[in-house]
Amino acid sequence: MSFELILFYLFSFVLLIAALGVITVKNSVHAALLLVLTFFTAAALWLLLQAEFLAVALVLVYVGAVMVLFLFVVMMLDIKVEPLREGFVRYLPVGAVVALVMLVEMLGLIGLKAMSAQALPPDPAGASNTAWLGNALFTQFLLPFEVAAVILTVALVAAVVLTLRRRTGVKSQNPARQVAVKASERIRIVKMESVSKGGTP
Amino acid sequence: MITLSHYIVLGTILFCISVAGIFINRKNVIVLLMSIELMLLAVNTNFVAFSRFLGNVDGQVFVFFILTVAAAESAIGLAILVTLFRNRATINVGEIDSMKG
Repeated sequence: MSFELILFYLFSFVLLIAALGVITVKNSVHAALLLVLTFFTAAALWLLLQAEFLAVALVLVYVGAVMVLFLFVVMMLDIKVEPLREGFVRYLPVGAVVALVMLVEMLGLIGLKAMSAQALPPDPAGASNTAWLGNALFTQFLLPFEVAAVILTVALVAAVVLTLRRRTGVKSQNPARQVAVKASERIRIVKMESVSKGGTP
Repeated sequence: MITLSHYIVLGTILFCISVAGIFINRKNVIVLLMSIELMLLAVNTNFVAFSRFLGNVDGQVFVFFILTVAAAESAIGLAILVTLFRNRATINVGEIDSMKG
C-alpha cells in the first residue's frame, strides 16, 4: 500500500465523516464549520490528483468566501432550530433508503470491471498545472471565461439589489439634496409697498 | 496505487450523502443549500479525476466554471434567504406557502 493510497483513504474517511456531519448536526453553525472541513479535505484530495490550481481555488473561493458568507448569514439570522428539525426522524428512513438505492445503482453502473487497476498516467500538465489550465482557458475557452465574469457581475448586482431596502418614515438626511438646494427654494422674496410711519417727513 | 474508480466511488458516496441530506433536512433552507454545495463538490471531484486520468484539460476547465456558477448561486440563494427572513421571520420551508404550490 503506497503512501498516496494511505493518504487517499485518510482524506476520504475525513471527507465522508464531515459530510455526514453536515447533514445531521443540529446547529447550523456547526454544519457550516463541518462543511469547511469537507471542502478543505476535498482540496487535499484534488492535490493528490495534481490539480493544484483548482485545489487552491477551492480553498480560496469556498473556504474563504462562500463559507464565510454562509456563516455570516447563519449567525445574522436569529433562527429557532426546533421547528426546523421536526421532520428529521420521519424523513430519515426515506432519505437513507433513497441514498442507499442510488449508491447501489451507481456502483453497479461503475461496475466491477472498472475496479481493475488503471495506473495513474504521467501528469499531462507537465511541470505546472496552472499553466496547463490557463493555456486552455485563455485560448479555447476564452468566450466562456468572459461569460463567467459576466455571470459573477450579474450575481453581485442581483445580491445587492435583493438585500437593499429603503425604509420609509425615517428622518435621515440626504446630503445630495442638501447640497443641491438653491436659494430660490428656501427664501421667498415678497414685494411690499413701503409704508411711511407717522406724518410726512 | 490510486485508481480512477477510487475517486468515482468516493464521488458517488458523497453524492448519495448529499441526496440523503436534502431528504432529511427538508425544513431548513440553509442545510439544503449546503447539501447542494456538497453535491457540486462530488461532481467536481469526478470531473477532476477523469480529467487527470484521461489526460484531458477540459474536465478541469469545467470544474472552474462550475465553481464560478456555484459561487454565484450561493450568493443569490443567501440573499434570497435574507430577504425571506426579513419578510416572513422564518426559514422553515413548511411555512413558506404563500404561493400555494
